[in-house]
Amino acid sequence: MTERSLAAPPRLLGTRLTRRIRSLGGLLASLALTFLGLLCITFLIGRIIPIDPALAIVGDRAPAHVYERVREELGLNLPLWQQFFIYVGQVLRGDFGTSVLTGRPVLEDIARVFPATLELATLGILIGVIFGVPMGVVAAVHRDRWPDQLVRVIGLVGYSVPIFWLGLVGLLVFYAKLGWVGGSGRLDFFHEGIAPSVTGMILIDAAIAGEWDVFRNALHHIVLPAALLGYFSLAYISRMTRSLMLEQLNQEYITTARVKGVSEARVIWVHALRNILVPLITVVALSYASLLEGSVLTETVFAWPGLGRYLTNALLAADMAAVLGATIVVGLVFVGVNLLSDLLYRLVDPRAR
Amino acid sequence: MLKTVFTSTALATALLLSPALQAATPSDALVQASRFDDIISLDPAEMYEISTFEVATNAYDKLVAYDLDDTSKIVPQLAESWEVSEDGKTFTFTLRDDVTFHSGNAFTAEDVVYTFARLAALDVGPSFLIHDLGITPDNHEDVLKAVNERTFEMTLSEAFAPSFVLNVLSGGNFSIVDSALLEEQAIEGDWGNGWLKNNTAGSGPFQLDQMVPNDRIIMSRFDDYWDGAAELGRLMWRHVEEPATQRLLLEQGDVDVARNLLADQLEPLRAEGTLQFVEATLGTQLYMGLNVSHEPLDDVRVRQALKYLVDYEGMVETFMRDAWIVNQTFLPQGMLGHVDSEPFSYDPERAKELLAEAGYEDGFSLSINVATNQERMDTAQAVQASFASAGIELEILPSDSRTALTTYRAREHDIYLGTWGIDYFDPNTNAVFVANEDNSPEAAANPLTWRNAWQEEELTERVKDLALERDEAARDEGYQALIEEWQEVSPFIMLFQQVAIAAVRPEVEGFRLAPTNDGNRHHRVSKD
Repeated sequence: MTERSLAAPPRLLGTRLTRRIRSLGGLLASLALTFLGLLCITFLIGRIIPIDPALAIVGDRAPAHVYERVREELGLNLPLWQQFFIYVGQVLRGDFGTSVLTGRPVLEDIARVFPATLELATLGILIGVIFGVPMGVVAAVHRDRWPDQLVRVIGLVGYSVPIFWLGLVGLLVFYAKLGWVGGSGRLDFFHEGIAPSVTGMILIDAAIAGEWDVFRNALHHIVLPAALLGYFSLAYISRMTRSLMLEQLNQEYITTARVKGVSEARVIWVHALRNILVPLITVVALSYASLLEGSVLTETVFAWPGLGRYLTNALLAADMAAVLGATIVVGLVFVGVNLLSDLLYRLVDPRAR
Repeated sequence: MLKTVFTSTALATALLLSPALQAATPSDALVQASRFDDIISLDPAEMYEISTFEVATNAYDKLVAYDLDDTSKIVPQLAESWEVSEDGKTFTFTLRDDVTFHSGNAFTAEDVVYTFARLAALDVGPSFLIHDLGITPDNHEDVLKAVNERTFEMTLSEAFAPSFVLNVLSGGNFSIVDSALLEEQAIEGDWGNGWLKNNTAGSGPFQLDQMVPNDRIIMSRFDDYWDGAAELGRLMWRHVEEPATQRLLLEQGDVDVARNLLADQLEPLRAEGTLQFVEATLGTQLYMGLNVSHEPLDDVRVRQALKYLVDYEGMVETFMRDAWIVNQTFLPQGMLGHVDSEPFSYDPERAKELLAEAGYEDGFSLSINVATNQERMDTAQAVQASFASAGIELEILPSDSRTALTTYRAREHDIYLGTWGIDYFDPNTNAVFVANEDNSPEAAANPLTWRNAWQEEELTERVKDLALERDEAARDEGYQALIEEWQEVSPFIMLFQQVAIAAVRPEVEGFRLAPTNDGNRHHRVSKD
């Protein structure tokens, strides 16, 4: 069975276009439904948890009439379904409301915290892929021998050691003892506010402004938390790569290639690896999406002002505008990462085109 | 492909290992690692969260402030002097004439009128502080007067104790705002509230440059400060949640001060001996509230028994060490009216006698609502163990702090373990532990007494009268006597008073901590 025989038969241009439009319409409808469901559930959870958001605003000691007024301003005296419809209506008009906790518009907050997470997660997943995939391949090739065992132990540690602890130890060793990396936070005091914020991602902003000192300082600060997140995704990626590779290495085409005298390196790194790319992309995309939700513990240890801590703080204060806004972002991230991996499938696998 | 990977890894490593990081903080800036994720609004009329007050006190002045060296005394700030009329109702303040706001506007009595009227009229959370003085949205125009540029006068409806009035005015919510600037910024009669949430409009030693929620706050020196410009050019706070991380930053010199270290971090640092440690006993107390509408807590003997079933000393000597001291009264140490009265100690035999008298020799079971914070959970567990020695079974109900508070305010708890912090440096701020004027479910005010469904009319009257006692010595004695009676009957087991400790790098000079953030001004801090 060759790849070519499976490729889709050529179609007429017209039918292809209508199909595209129809599938796009279907996609949009299912997206809209997904988001509505997501909002509905988040909204309900937010209203069921026994926390009073009005308290967060007026404080514990405000007199009853002030408290009541704020409850009315928040619309908390209305029936639940009405509150939900008002909220959805506002979102459709582009108004995500104001966060109770920061006193600022939710969109402004998200525009601040999400780039911090995006920067960290992207670097993290790069590290995870660059190290995780080769490790998985090596483990599969040397199945049950020492390289395999080594990769297994590294992965196991990644799975089981609390990230909080690992982060502190990392800071202790690489920041406090060796001085190789920066401490917590995104920049040192000296470099704060030099590069104008364009994307909110300091590495990119510094590069745009040509402020290479700031760039280097930001890199010093991001490398440890990114390596930590990278390590955790590495644990998953290397395990998955290993089992995907093992499956391929038992296939007949591998034997054929070997018989034909193709070099062993080429057999492994080209023939076999190419065939696991599609499932591997799914694995990486899932890891990336989960990093993009923000890692509360990593953000806490490294004082990283990202999405995870924002969402958690908001949830614990029943700051529903902020929670719902952040939830929409997480939803968008999943949709975006899925679309991205879809695109990548098409690139690596002709059958998916 | 592998080659590229190795090359880029090598490059990245080289970049990282390249010459050392600039570890020290700038010589003209004070950088503090602290937690300020509680900040919601910087508007002095609206601010209620503890961290906000430290930003405000550096940006604003008040008419008067409490004396850092003797916190029961009041010292002038924007008011040079003041007088109280014969009948005790009219307060006349003579104001400084050399004060300018950060905007360049000159400070006058109109600014004081505007500030106080604003606090009364906005009717936000802290407005009750001025409403308690009888200044309301309806009458502020009659009460507050700018007699001339340098004279401000207010005529109250009652003859309150002068110490009470002045102590209230020393609170951060009475920070004097720049009225001309706020009128420019005001939208639809909001008194500039929308703008002031994220900006400052004061005359204090520093002005706000940047405030990024949960990340950083930067202030810079106001060169024309009336009391002499600050020593340092900038103040910076970095939000660092994790105490262990704060310690590392401090040791590496990336911050000058760490504000939230725990005993675990403090002990090794003290042993090293290079850092300075600055302490202050705070106006925050940890206590347990007993809901007297739940049996058997309605019986005063049972409440007394429970007070003998807490190992106060044991806790402060072990897991609460360094951060808390025993205080069984409803007033923090250092406040007018406070007395060192500690009638209770861990005494299971005495407790069993009291329980037997009340008819509960076989014990009973109760639950306690606690926020899932390390110190409070540890305390709840210690109390659970000591209650058990008299056959009382205590079920711990841990939850997020706001959930626990919501339960408490709904009077649904048996026992609530939580903290209470003062609003201003006067004993009347903690009258909520004593007075309850309306114990009905629909009462307009929900003081701590109401939350525990406890009402004692005679004590309520006495604590109200003490707010009107114009003889300061008599007022002091009045509270002391009240505390001793209250301790026997109240539904509160007062446990500890909080101690703040800041670890400060050796090159920093003049860093002080006050009992409230209102006192934490940093304009006299300098560096070698």
